[in-house]
Amino acid sequence: MSAARPPEGARTAVHSTEVPQLKVYVPRDSAAVAAGANEVAAALQLECARRGLELTLVRNSSRGLFWLEPLVEVETPAGRVAYGPVDESDVPALLDAGLLAGGEHPLRQGLTEEIPYLAKQERLTFRRMGVTDPLSLADYEAHGGWSGLRNALRMDGAAIVDLVTQSGLRGRGGAAFPAGIKWATVLKAQAAQKYVCCNADEGDSGTFSDRMTLEGDPFMLVEGMTIAGIAVGATEGYVYIRSEYPDAVAVMREAIELATAAGFLGDDVLGSGKAFRLHVRMAAGAYVCGEETAMLESLEGKRGIVRAKPPLPAIEGLFGQPTVINNVITLASIPVILERGAQFYKDYGMGRSTGTLPFQLAGNVKHGGLIEKAFGLTLRELLYDFGGGSRSGRPIKTVQVGGPLGTYVPESQWDIPLDYEAYAAVGAVVGHGGIVVHDDTADLAKLSRYAMEFCAIESCGKCTPCRIGSTRGVEVIDKITAAASGSNEKQQQVILLRSLCDTMLAGSLCAMGGMTPFPVLSALNHYPEDFGLSVPATQAA
Amino acid sequence: MRQIAPADFNDAVQPLIEAHRDVPGGLMPLLHAVQDKIGYVPDEVVPQIAQALNLSRAEVHGVITFYHHFRREPAGRTVVQVCRAEACQSCGADELMAHAEKSLGCESHHTRADGAVTLEPVYCLGLCASSPAMKVGDRLHARVTPEKFDRILTAAQGAAA
Repeated sequence: MSAARPPEGARTAVHSTEVPQLKVYVPRDSAAVAAGANEVAAALQLECARRGLELTLVRNSSRGLFWLEPLVEVETPAGRVAYGPVDESDVPALLDAGLLAGGEHPLRQGLTEEIPYLAKQERLTFRRMGVTDPLSLADYEAHGGWSGLRNALRMDGAAIVDLVTQSGLRGRGGAAFPAGIKWATVLKAQAAQKYVCCNADEGDSGTFSDRMTLEGDPFMLVEGMTIAGIAVGATEGYVYIRSEYPDAVAVMREAIELATAAGFLGDDVLGSGKAFRLHVRMAAGAYVCGEETAMLESLEGKRGIVRAKPPLPAIEGLFGQPTVINNVITLASIPVILERGAQFYKDYGMGRSTGTLPFQLAGNVKHGGLIEKAFGLTLRELLYDFGGGSRSGRPIKTVQVGGPLGTYVPESQWDIPLDYEAYAAVGAVVGHGGIVVHDDTADLAKLSRYAMEFCAIESCGKCTPCRIGSTRGVEVIDKITAAASGSNEKQQQVILLRSLCDTMLAGSLCAMGGMTPFPVLSALNHYPEDFGLSVPATQAA
Repeated sequence: MRQIAPADFNDAVQPLIEAHRDVPGGLMPLLHAVQDKIGYVPDEVVPQIAQALNLSRAEVHGVITFYHHFRREPAGRTVVQVCRAEACQSCGADELMAHAEKSLGCESHHTRADGAVTLEPVYCLGLCASSPAMKVGDRLHARVTPEKFDRILTAAQGAAA
């Protein structure tokens, strides 16, 4: 942390002249705020002022150790010392215990960097998360920011695209399509205007890495998108952010203003003569707009109805022009690749799943949070080595991997390495790495019904398998659970459900209807007893 | 939010239209601006918006009704959104919603007759590692128990009254 940092961002100081300034960090991430971080920050300022203690309060991003939020950190000569979870009522006692010098207290977690949950991670994309003030350009630059963009500006578009291809980076939004190939298509397309769109419509339950990035390291996304724009020759970029994330929208807008004023965005990016302008668009609560073509429709000011492909958005995307569409984490992974090189990134991971993935451990788990690791670790490691088991203390029954459209993964599959191909081999998806844990009270028939119901609520309505199939799915699941055990009716309805799922899988236009059967079939296959079925179904999802 | 009388809707919306008329794909940002100003998107302003953006009323209506975020009627003074997605379900979201309905005397998707509160489900607030989550007004709350729910609502409704 450089001493020359300008007094920008959300920080305030209570000055006195005698003691050296002490830096205390209280996260501004909305998960920390939801746990009371603002109240803790206010209590700290008030109590320090009352005691005549000097304090520089930095509102940093979150480390992603959410069970410890609000996590208060104090800078000491040995490094930052963490305390958490801190309630506002703990503040006087913490100060009595010498919080500002890293003093002993039951909430003291030791040096932050040595907390095993953090120490065991491989943070490339999330290396600044929790460390810096999200809106401090100086912080960003002092921690490796803009080096990727500076390198990119010395290269031609084809060389940048080639580097991204070499890194093996695949779309982190769930579909895992190679980013470099998508970029190459846009680069080769001839058009007067091209666009870069960031899909920040993170609507999946169990995911929060996009939100953390938008709120906690917005310049990283600005940098990634600018590199994409420079690479393919796009001069306009849009970040499409969900309306459920108002804090992310506000931070991103401020970050774009700051970056533009400092010359990282605008008509002449860092004096290169190349233009890239960035805009934030707020979504309006339609889950299907996380699908890229529905998002384009929404950006054009229309209903978020899925488009048939082809034409690919890379050829005919936003306003009919060639468009790069990537998820937040894909674009946020770009700066480190441009900074450190394709090989550096590729050295992480396994097989064709190169690099790292910010796994999001959520739901009924003791230590939920953000875990960035190279591909290849197992669910069991995440659940127990990181997660510490269920939060309720009951046995873990099932884990939904990859969001609401991902499968319910039974314990027999918890040792499969988290790798796109290894998961695909058992009919599961790694997706965006969102992991939702359920204990043994979970009713998989109910969760399957919910999956169909959610699809019915959120379907854009364009294709029949999704629009009608989801409603029929709810009805059929209700009939299965209502029918007497062992009855013919029950067996018939199960056959009907499988047939319906088959139609949805094969006949839907996009992943909404096409993947809703994933959770349903995996539940039916692995947890038939929850549907009142005695005979285990063996057919794989 | 300061109430704007229906007679003043068109005057309130006109400057917003001017600000968005030349924005590419400007209908969505415009509708956000209208809802931020009036609290909802009244049917009365649809023809005005349609005409200004050279769209049909059906197109504007279609967009407003497609997105869950846009309201066609005013919300209650306090809006309570309880997350019902999987990560919250795994930690008692269904029970929390049931408690909310009982405690507020208001069904999900409804505004209470006295206009004090609107209760809505929401599908993910991004607080999945600290579930169950909810939003009251513009404030997020994590790890909400029924007791905590009542505490938060008493404070919020006191402030809104």
